Amino acid sequence: MNVNLYPIKEFRLPVVAECINPDVFRGKSIKEIEVLKVWEGNKQKKLSELFKVEAEKAEGSQGDPVITIHGDVSRVRRIGVGMKAGEIIVKGNAGMHLGEEMRGGKITVYGNVLGWVGSMMKGGVIEIHGNTGDYLGAPYRGSTEGMKGGRIVVYGNVGREAGAHMRKGIIKIYGSAGQFVGFRMKGGTIYVQKDCEARAGACMVDGTIIVGGRIESVLPTFTIEGLRKKVKVEEGEVVEAPFYLFIGDLTENGRGKLFVAKEPNPHLSRYEKFL
Amino acid sequence: MELLIRNGFVYDPINGVNGEKMDIAVKDGKIVDKVNERRAKKIDAAGMVVMPGGVDIHSHIAGGKVNAGRLLRPEDHFKDVEPKTAVTRSGVGYSIPSTFTTGYRYARMGWTTVMDPAMPPLEAKHTHEELSDTPIIDKASYPLLGDWWFVLEYLRDGKIEECARHVAWMIKATKGYAIKIVNPGGLEAWGFGRNVESLDDQVPYFGITPREIIRGLCKVNKLLNLPHTIHVHTNNLGKPGNYLTALETMRCVEDLAEDGKPAIHITHCQFSAFKGDDWRTFESGAEEIANYVNAHSHVTLDMGQVIFTDTTTMTADGPFQYTLYTLTGNKWTNHDVETETSAGIVPFHYKRKSYVHATQWSIGLELALLIKDPWKILMTTDHPNGGPFIAYPWIIAWLMSRKAREATIKKINPKARSRSLLPSIDRELDFYEIAIVTRAGQAKALGLKNKGHLGVGADADIAIYNFNPETMDPAKKYKMVRRAFKRAAYTIKGGQVVVKDGEVLKHIDGATMWLDVQLTEPCEMEVNENLKKRFKEYWTVEFENYPVSEDYLAISQPIPVKADV
Repeated sequence: MNVNLYPIKEFRLPVVAECINPDVFRGKSIKEIEVLKVWEGNKQKKLSELFKVEAEKAEGSQGDPVITIHGDVSRVRRIGVGMKAGEIIVKGNAGMHLGEEMRGGKITVYGNVLGWVGSMMKGGVIEIHGNTGDYLGAPYRGSTEGMKGGRIVVYGNVGREAGAHMRKGIIKIYGSAGQFVGFRMKGGTIYVQKDCEARAGACMVDGTIIVGGRIESVLPTFTIEGLRKKVKVEEGEVVEAPFYLFIGDLTENGRGKLFVAKEPNPHLSRYEKFL
Repeated sequence: MELLIRNGFVYDPINGVNGEKMDIAVKDGKIVDKVNERRAKKIDAAGMVVMPGGVDIHSHIAGGKVNAGRLLRPEDHFKDVEPKTAVTRSGVGYSIPSTFTTGYRYARMGWTTVMDPAMPPLEAKHTHEELSDTPIIDKASYPLLGDWWFVLEYLRDGKIEECARHVAWMIKATKGYAIKIVNPGGLEAWGFGRNVESLDDQVPYFGITPREIIRGLCKVNKLLNLPHTIHVHTNNLGKPGNYLTALETMRCVEDLAEDGKPAIHITHCQFSAFKGDDWRTFESGAEEIANYVNAHSHVTLDMGQVIFTDTTTMTADGPFQYTLYTLTGNKWTNHDVETETSAGIVPFHYKRKSYVHATQWSIGLELALLIKDPWKILMTTDHPNGGPFIAYPWIIAWLMSRKAREATIKKINPKARSRSLLPSIDRELDFYEIAIVTRAGQAKALGLKNKGHLGVGADADIAIYNFNPETMDPAKKYKMVRRAFKRAAYTIKGGQVVVKDGEVLKHIDGATMWLDVQLTEPCEMEVNENLKKRFKEYWTVEFENYPVSEDYLAISQPIPVKADV
C-alpha cells in the first residue's frame, strides 16, 4: 500500500503527528487514515484537516505501507515514532523527533530535519539528504538510554551532541558536525567525513569516532596511541588516509577510539613526539 | 453540607467495625451519628468497601531534595504527562511527580493524609511552600533533628530538659510534626567524609554515639508528649548485615517504653533487614526482625516495599547515597545542608532478574506477613525510594493474595526465588487488616486522633472501593483488588466528594498539620540567645528569616500538645 500525504496549508503552529507511521496505517482504508488524531497547537484535529490523503494499492498489497509526504513538514513532530517496518519518504523538510525509538523499516528525507532525529533508536535505517539539528540519535534529556542499533546516514551537516550515549549501531555524517560528537558514548561507530568542532568523544567509555576533516582540538583527557594508514568505517567502507588514533576519555577510564585524519590537522602534529 | 453513604461494607479497625453493612453520615466535614435523610446527598455504596481515607506515614513528596530530584530527572517525567482538565491542573509523574499530580494521584487511590518524612530545618520554608501547593490531601512534615548540632551538644552534656525545650522550639519554628532521625551521627560525620558504622561509634568532634542520640531524643519525645514516636532511619541502611544494627536500634530503647506503648518507629525497615557479609552472600533478615517485633510491643515499622520499576532514591542519608552511586555508576547529587544535615539522590532501577533487587522485594513482603500484629507494620514504599506510591494497589494485592505473590515470584531471579521465604508463607491479609496497614495503623502510630477511623467526630475522610467482599474472594480475584484500589469509586475529603470512579471532581486545598508544643514555662529567650550567636557564626541566613511563620502555610492546622517541661 502506498499512501501519499499532501500538506493542505503552511503550518504555523507545532503539529504532533505520531500517527504518521506505517504500523498505524497498515490494513487501514483511506477513510480510517483520514480520521486519525493529530494535535495542532493545543487543538486535537483529524489528519485530513491538515493533509490531503491519497492511497494507492500497490500490486502486492500485502507488503508494508510506504508513506510519502510531499511538501514541507518542518513543524510536524514525531513522524514515524517507534515504527517497526515499512517506509516513510519525506520530500521536503521534516520536524523534530523524526523516527524516535524506531525499531525497523526506513525513513528517507529529501530536505533538512530539526533536532532529535532517530533519538533512542533501536533498529532500522534513517537517511537524510540535507542537514539535521542537534541531538542526532541522542536520548532525551537526562536519559542515558542512547541509540542501541540501526543506522543513520546524513549527507549534510549535523548539530551538537550527535550520537550522545550511543551503545550500538552506526551514524555516518558526510558533512560537518558540531560540538560533543559521541558524548558519553559506550559503543557503536560515528563517522564524520568533514570537519568537527571541539570536544569530540567527551566522557566516552567505548566505541569509535572517526573524523575525516579538521577537528578544532582533541580533549586533553585523550592520549595518543598511534598512527594508522587507513580506517574501516564499516564492512565495505574504508578510508585510505593516515589517521591519528587517540584513546579516551581517561576521566571515565574509557577505552574509546578517536580517529582523526592527519592531513587536515597539522596542529595535532605535536602529539607525534609521544609516539 | 450533609452526606449519607449507604449500605457499604465498612472496615473501621479503630472502632472494631469489620465489614458490617452500615451507613456513614457526614455533616460539615465531620462524621456524625445521623443526618437528615431527605436533605443529605446520598451515595449508594452497596457492594463496595468503605474505609477511612488512606494515611501514609512516610512518603517524600515535598522539599529541597524532592525538587532537586525533579530537576535531575527530566527523563522520569516526559513519558508520564497529565494534561489539565476542567478542574485539575496539568503536571507530570512518575517517581517524583509535581506537587499537583502528587495530590491528585493520592486522592485517586483514596489516600487523604500524607506525611513528608524529611525536612532539613533550613529548607522548611521550601518544604511548606510545596506542601501548600499539594492539593486535596492533608499533610505534615518531620524536621531532621538527629544530627542537629544543638541536640548533639545538649545530649552530650546530659541536658535532656534543655534539649526538649530546644526541640519544642525547633518543631514550632519549622512547623513540623515529629522528630526524624536519619543515620544518627552518620550525617554529621559525613560532613568530614566519614560515617558511623555501629551504634557505639563516636561522632567526630561531638563525643557522642548514635545510641546516645536515639535514647536522648526518645526521652525528649516522651517529655514533650509528642503524638508520634521518634521516626528512625537506622545506621548502616542499605548495607548487607545491617539487620543486626536494626535490632540493636530497637533494643536500645526497650527500657524507655511505658505501658506497652510504642517508643520508636523504624522506617522503611526493608532497607534495614539485610543479612550477609557482602552483596554475594546477601540474604533476607526479615525473619529475625519479625521474631523480635513479634515479641516486643515498643516498636512500629513500615515496610519500604520495593517495586520492580525505574525510580529515584532520595534520602537525607548522604553517605548511603554516595555508596549507591559507587554501586550503580548512575548520575547523582549529594548535598550538605550547611551544619544541619545532608541529602543525596541517585536514580535506581529495581530489576526482577537481579538477585539483590528481587530479594529486597521479597524482604518487604516477608516483614509484612511474618509480623503477626498488623498494627506494628505499616504499608509504604518509602516513596520514591522503593518505588512510587502509585504502586500501592500492587502491594495490597500481594498482601491479600498468595496467588498474586506466586505470579510475581515466577518471574524473579531464580536464586532469589529459591531463597525467598514467601513460598512458605500462607498468610493472606483480609480487608480489615489492609485497613489497618494502610490507614488505621498509620493514624494510630502517628497519634492522629481525627484520622484513620470513621467514629463520630472524626474528619470525614472516606475512601470507597468498588469490590464486593461478599461475592468475590480477594485472594483469587487479586487483579480486581488491584483495579479497585487503583481508582477509588469515591474519595471524600473533609465531607466533600473529590474523586468519583478514579477521576478528580474538585480541586480543593488540604491542610498542613503541625505541632504547637506548649511548654510549662516559656523559654524562647534562652533558646534564642544561644541560637542567634551561633547563627551569626555558622549559618548563611539571618536568624530572623529562619522560622516559618504560621501565615506562611496555606491552610494551617496546629495541633496543641502539652509538654512536661
